[in-house]
Amino acid sequence: MSLTAEILISLALVMSGIFGFVGSYGLVKLKDTLQRLHAPTKATTLGVGGVLIASMIYFYTEKGHLSIHELLITLFLFLTAPITANFIAKAYMARNLRREDLPPSGGEYGWSIYDDPPQGKDLAPQPETPETPKAP
Amino acid sequence: MIEYALLFTALCYGVALILDLWRIAQGPSSADRILALDTMVINVIALLVLYGIWRGTAVYFEAAMLIAMVGFVSTVAYCRFLLRGDIIE
Repeated sequence: MSLTAEILISLALVMSGIFGFVGSYGLVKLKDTLQRLHAPTKATTLGVGGVLIASMIYFYTEKGHLSIHELLITLFLFLTAPITANFIAKAYMARNLRREDLPPSGGEYGWSIYDDPPQGKDLAPQPETPETPKAP
Repeated sequence: MIEYALLFTALCYGVALILDLWRIAQGPSSADRILALDTMVINVIALLVLYGIWRGTAVYFEAAMLIAMVGFVSTVAYCRFLLRGDIIE
C-alpha cells in the first residue's frame, strides 16, 4: 500500500473519530432537548461518512476492486436521518409543549401536532367534520 | 500508521458511547433517551465498519447495514409509541 493511500485513510479515520466524539459530547453538553437534536447529526454525516470513505479507499488499495456496500450504508443513513429527527421532535413537542408555547405557523393551517390535517382539494368534503382550527 | 488511526478512532467512538449512556440514564424527557439510543446505533455502525477494516474482511458491512435498518425501525417505533400510544394502528 502506498504512503499516499495510508495518509488518506488515516486522515479520514481521525476526522471521523473526532466528529463522532463531538456529536456525543454535544448530546451531553447542550442544554435543551431541541438543541440536543442538532449535535448527533455530525456523527451521522461526517462521522460514519469518514469511516466509510476510509474503508472504501482501504479495500480499493488492498483488493483492487471498488465496493459499493459502503455507499449503500451512507445512502440509507442520509435518507433516514431527517425522518428520525422529525419524529423525535414531534414526540418531544407532543409531550412537553402546549399550543400556547409555539409561535403561529405562518401558513394557512396550524401545527400538525395539535390541529387536524387540512382537507385536501381533491378529497370529497365531509359534512360532519368540524371546521379546521386556525392558528392564532 | 493505519493501526494508530484505527485505535484512535475506536477510542473516540468508545468514549462517545459512554457519553450516550450517560444521556440515556440522565435524560430529562423520553425524547432525549430516544435520541441517545439513535446516536448509539450510529456509533455502533461506525465501530463495526472499523472492525471490518481492522480484520480486513468485508463481512461486517452486511452487519452494519442490518443494524442501520433495525435502528431506524426501532427509533420510529419508539417515537410512534410516544406520539399515538400504539405502534401499528
